[in-house]
Amino acid sequence: MSSVRVLVGTKKGAFILTSDGKRDKWTVSEPHFTGWEIYHMKGSPVNPNRIYASQTSGWFGQKIQRSDDGGKTWEPVGSEFAYDGTPGNHLWYDGTQHPWEFKRIWHLEPSLTDPDKVYAGGEDAALWHSADGGQSWQEISALRAVKPNLWMPGAGGMGLHTIVLDPTNPNRIYIAISSAGAFRTDDGGKSWKAINKGLKSLYELPDPDADVGHCVHRIAIHPSRPDVLYMQKHWDVMRSDNAGDMWNEVSDNLPTDFGFPIDVHAHEPETIYVVPIKSDSEHFPPDGKLRVYRSKTGGNDWEGLTKGLPQKDCYVNVLRDAMAVDSLDKCGVYFGTTGGQVYASADGGDSWNAIVRDLPAVLSVEVQTLS
Amino acid sequence: MPVIRVIIPFHLRRLANVSGEVELEVPDPATIGSLLEALETRFPVLRGTIRDFGTLQRRPLLRFFACQEDWSLEPQTTLLPEAVLRGQEPFMVVGSMAGG
Repeated sequence: MSSVRVLVGTKKGAFILTSDGKRDKWTVSEPHFTGWEIYHMKGSPVNPNRIYASQTSGWFGQKIQRSDDGGKTWEPVGSEFAYDGTPGNHLWYDGTQHPWEFKRIWHLEPSLTDPDKVYAGGEDAALWHSADGGQSWQEISALRAVKPNLWMPGAGGMGLHTIVLDPTNPNRIYIAISSAGAFRTDDGGKSWKAINKGLKSLYELPDPDADVGHCVHRIAIHPSRPDVLYMQKHWDVMRSDNAGDMWNEVSDNLPTDFGFPIDVHAHEPETIYVVPIKSDSEHFPPDGKLRVYRSKTGGNDWEGLTKGLPQKDCYVNVLRDAMAVDSLDKCGVYFGTTGGQVYASADGGDSWNAIVRDLPAVLSVEVQTLS
Repeated sequence: MPVIRVIIPFHLRRLANVSGEVELEVPDPATIGSLLEALETRFPVLRGTIRDFGTLQRRPLLRFFACQEDWSLEPQTTLLPEAVLRGQEPFMVVGSMAGG
């Protein structure tokens, strides 16, 4: 029988939630890496027992942990993230240039074909790659040749937070950075192009149509249609049908188009999910009602999903890496909140349950469907 | 070779899988830098957590205390105090206070 493992990174440690395929009873692990911020954990699609975790701290720096037994035990692997050559400068909040400084790893993306290969997105924004299970890391530095003097930190830092691997083309990778925008390589990282045409940042950039500098919050694809990209931008939900060459807004009837995560149903490539947040100044759901919005038409026609979610006095946020789907039938959808709840739907979003409450603030949620 | 008592913060004890004080043999002349090098050699997982990987500079939110004094701003070539060398006092790596 199938089972599900949910990997939850929080402000104060990591937790692993498990259930059988019914997804109605959950076991919550003891905390791992207590006291550390776990920005992200993700398992290899090739070997689900191989899981990578980003363990970070303002005091003690960055560590990468690796498990080969599904998260029961962990070993620290390499954590030296060096920029290639002279790191160079990026735009600072006051308009001056500021040197690149490594702070942390936001996101780990294991290869689709080799459990020893993994990508890491960091702050200050850069992309690293390991081919030895995380023991050593090399920067894919051509990315930072794309107008880096115009990249600027968002309020949460200048993090490379999204890494999307094209399942049909091993040379194609999408990444996104706050606040630089979205970028694509078609040659395995040797060269990159900005893919921000159609994005409009009216209140964030002096030129709202600029090539780079947009505050992209998250990009998601469905593996069956890797040229179709969905994006939650700072403001606006966007869609591209040509691998990011042009974007169109699909926010339509959302109560607000600000938010962080976006994800795609495992079996329906036109069904997408977002969590509208009131504004960039007020990081909580509109009217104190926590609602996931679902579009079954690839955007523009949104329905609010409320069953099982708090509909009053709810003032949590849902961060960009804190939503994921499983691949069971019906598709499970999961998200974690800064209030420490992880909500799950075992019916594609129609109804929700908190599968754990009162964790530290949730930074990331990933799901593994195990057979 | 002096045996030096070192106290590291909770998070680093967990990371290095040790409890209580760490005792380190540090070659003469024992300095702040050679002590940290000995600590990182014995526990490679601590590389990058106390000092930056590349520059070997103290991470900004960590402090070094010994003999009721703050040694954080001393160059790493500074000799350790006698009481630390004799094992009478520990050398402490401390996470700076934060919180509310």
